[in-house]
Amino acid sequence: MKATFRIQRFDPTKDKKPYYREYQVELDPTDRVLDGLNQIKWYQDGSLTFRRSCAHGVCGSDAMRINGANGLACKVLMRDVGEKVTIEPILGLPVIKDLIVDMEPFFAQYRSVMPYLVNDEVPPDGRERIQSIEERERFDDTTKCILCAACTTACPSFWANDQFVGPAAIVNAHRFIFDSRDRAARERLDILNSKTGVWRCRTIYNCTVACPREIQITKAIGEVKQAILYGETTS
Amino acid sequence: MNHVHNFDAIVVGGGGAGLMAALHLTRGGAKAAVLTKLYPSRSHTGAAQGGIGAALGNLEEDHPEWHAFDTVKGSDYLGDQDAIEIMCNDAPEVILELEHMGLPFSRTEDGRIAQRRFGGHSHHFGEGPVRRSCYAADRTGHMILQTLYQQCIKNNVTFFDEYQVVDVIFSEGRCAGVVAYRIQTGEIHIFRAKAVIFTTGGHGRIFAVTSNAHAFTGDGPAMLFRRGIPLEDMEFYQFHPTGIAKLGILITEGVRGEGGVLRNHDGERFMERYAPTMKDLASRDVVSRAIYMEIREGRGINGNRWVHLDATHLGREVVETKLPDITDFCRTYLGIDPAVDPIPVAPTAHYAMGGIPTDVDGRVVIDDWKTIVPGLYAAGECACVSVHGANRLGTNSLLDLVVFGRRAGRHMAEFCKQADLAPLPADAADATRETFDRLFSGEGSETPAQIREELQTVMMDHVGVFREQAGLELAVEKVRELKERYTRIRVQDQSRVFNTDVLEAWELGNLLDVAEVTAVSALNRTESRGAHSREDYPKRNDEEWLKHTLAYRTEDGGIELRYKPVIITKFEPKERVY
Ligand SMILES: Cc1cc2nc3c(=O)[nH]c(=O)nc-3n(C[C@H](O)[C@H](O)[C@H](O)COP(=O)(O)OP(=O)(O)OC[C@H]3O[C@@H](n4cnc5c(N)ncnc54)[C@H](O)[C@@H]3O)c2cc1C
Ligand code: FES
Repeated sequence: MKATFRIQRFDPTKDKKPYYREYQVELDPTDRVLDGLNQIKWYQDGSLTFRRSCAHGVCGSDAMRINGANGLACKVLMRDVGEKVTIEPILGLPVIKDLIVDMEPFFAQYRSVMPYLVNDEVPPDGRERIQSIEERERFDDTTKCILCAACTTACPSFWANDQFVGPAAIVNAHRFIFDSRDRAARERLDILNSKTGVWRCRTIYNCTVACPREIQITKAIGEVKQAILYGETTS
Repeated sequence: MNHVHNFDAIVVGGGGAGLMAALHLTRGGAKAAVLTKLYPSRSHTGAAQGGIGAALGNLEEDHPEWHAFDTVKGSDYLGDQDAIEIMCNDAPEVILELEHMGLPFSRTEDGRIAQRRFGGHSHHFGEGPVRRSCYAADRTGHMILQTLYQQCIKNNVTFFDEYQVVDVIFSEGRCAGVVAYRIQTGEIHIFRAKAVIFTTGGHGRIFAVTSNAHAFTGDGPAMLFRRGIPLEDMEFYQFHPTGIAKLGILITEGVRGEGGVLRNHDGERFMERYAPTMKDLASRDVVSRAIYMEIREGRGINGNRWVHLDATHLGREVVETKLPDITDFCRTYLGIDPAVDPIPVAPTAHYAMGGIPTDVDGRVVIDDWKTIVPGLYAAGECACVSVHGANRLGTNSLLDLVVFGRRAGRHMAEFCKQADLAPLPADAADATRETFDRLFSGEGSETPAQIREELQTVMMDHVGVFREQAGLELAVEKVRELKERYTRIRVQDQSRVFNTDVLEAWELGNLLDVAEVTAVSALNRTESRGAHSREDYPKRNDEEWLKHTLAYRTEDGGIELRYKPVIITKFEPKERVY
């Protein structure tokens, strides 16, 4: 198929503001949008800039707006976007160049929720801590997050106030709050009960739709809200 | 102007090996920083699916000695047995350390770490498959990477994200630091350190079809090679039997571990013919060759260059709970449901057994006399300890990362206590500046992408699963032609902000160097062993070739091959049958 890519471009060293450029590429319908971007970069315009690494949806490098919807360029196929595709950077984070945004604010929010297991008691026999299949299942979904930022940058509450920790950080807090081995649920819940925490979520579901890992984000956020209100976690 | 930073230790790379080293450096009291060209969570460790091996014995009897035997046999007796013993003995303890850090392993009925079968892993020294692979669904690598990154955050490890290391600095016979290109600004930064560890991952991008990330361009090995450090056993490159046909995306061996089988066009479970005992769970080199043979003899699916991986009899429950990511890949990229449809698969370039030679503490060793360069370390896929020898077993790479990442981190922390910073040569960054000036100002007519594509094609065709003299000679000649053309490339993007055009061009230089060493080493080794399968020399030849290759760069830019002995302790070389 002959595809037309309309791509938002911006190089701070020469452009005052972003503009769009069009490229034509010959692709198979089963090719990834990322294959199209690579073809353009490699054979037409080397200055086109985007992040990518794994090329199969597991590293989280290439979240972008594809025909207006957040997705990973390596996980969206050409046959699903059609012959004309518009590519823009994700919203709400400063654009550095073309499709590259500054990820620092996003990672700072991630770090703010204590995204690590807190528990210094090691079983006396030095073996693994026992966790039942059901206890493990409790937080399975939120362990899938690859920190691509597709959810957070699809969230109108985040666009309105970039101090909001955002869905991705809440997902990563959820992963520990509901882990039977963790001992710091209370502290995380306090962090998320603050002005910039979960209550900014208006249950709009954009995050859930945007997640390329199909994490039930809105549900996870709901569980965190419940835990704050009723103190129900496994730990 | 130079930006100069001082640390005790620098970790180049933020994957499993790098983060494990960084954690243990920090715990050991060293002031350490991690420099990575990708955000750490984007490292390719996150792509690992199937599991990490350790004789925990949670589901059936198992012992580190059995694990060691399987690893030695899997390596086709080229692995160094002292290192293999250390890896297999340390394995249970390191897995438990990961669990204590919070890694969400899948669990058994009684709440212990779950384990499953994997290729080449057996009980009683080869009698039959054993459940040894510890896993977290089919995203074990993702969980390892996330857990280590989380612990680094908890322990305040310093990160320089999106800093690409482009050169290593030596002075007075020691490693003195590294030179990095800050991707966002194009600035050159110098990082002085008492100790540096390279953990830059693999180089599957020298091949046309690969399971490896775009970022797997062999930066570490290539950089060190150009500075006179040898590369070990580079001819041994693993092709994983089950990549999605044409795309190369990996379908974990865990599918076969759970009971999936390979079938040819006639529906025959052909591995029974090639490996009567281990069948579909024979080691990877054996299975990849079997698939190629089936395709060659016209038994590919509808005459195509792939066979089927059949998981349809496992039931939806197993497929969806134990292999959710695989299900997702099949749906996304093939539009099929693995619980109902067989998956079209073919071998895909997967793992570098060879790399930067190290001892069991991660110290880089530059000859056959255990000579080290003080302060220089390597671990993970870019290193060669060598625990994988001529063929790596599944689950042993993740294990290699954490075992030797940890050992290296600890050793470095001790080293930093008694060492001081080596003097910084005045011209430390000059070579880097020249390299980038040259790349930016190139006026030639060659396109990097074109050269890369030709390189990947010739390597796939002639330095792949099967090799022979004429093809290898052709590959060597072609790579040299491409290297010559590489001097005439042009980089289009002239911006200093986030210039991935110039960095891809620089990485292409690494691919070319690493590919040349691979092809030259393969041409010289006139035997078949593990993943190195010569059609003109189909037998293993222990008398002449039970030794490691060391490839050095010569003054005039050529390659000189030397060899060093294999360390054999318990297991004498035997014929290898599965
Ligand atoms: C699809 C797939 C599935 C796999 N499954 C398994 C499995 O189930 N079990 C198993 O044991 N093994 C598996 N492997 C193998 C294993 O995952 C890898 O060998 C291993 O993860 C490599 O880890 P690493 O730490 O060496 O490198 P990586 O995790 O890739 O890290 C490399 C790091 O180096 C950085 N880097 C590279 N170059 C530079 C530079 N120039 N400057 C700065 N930073 C740089 C990168 O940013 C990255 O952070 C699999 C591999 C693949 C590809
Ligand atoms: S490139 Fe890794 S998620 Fe797309």
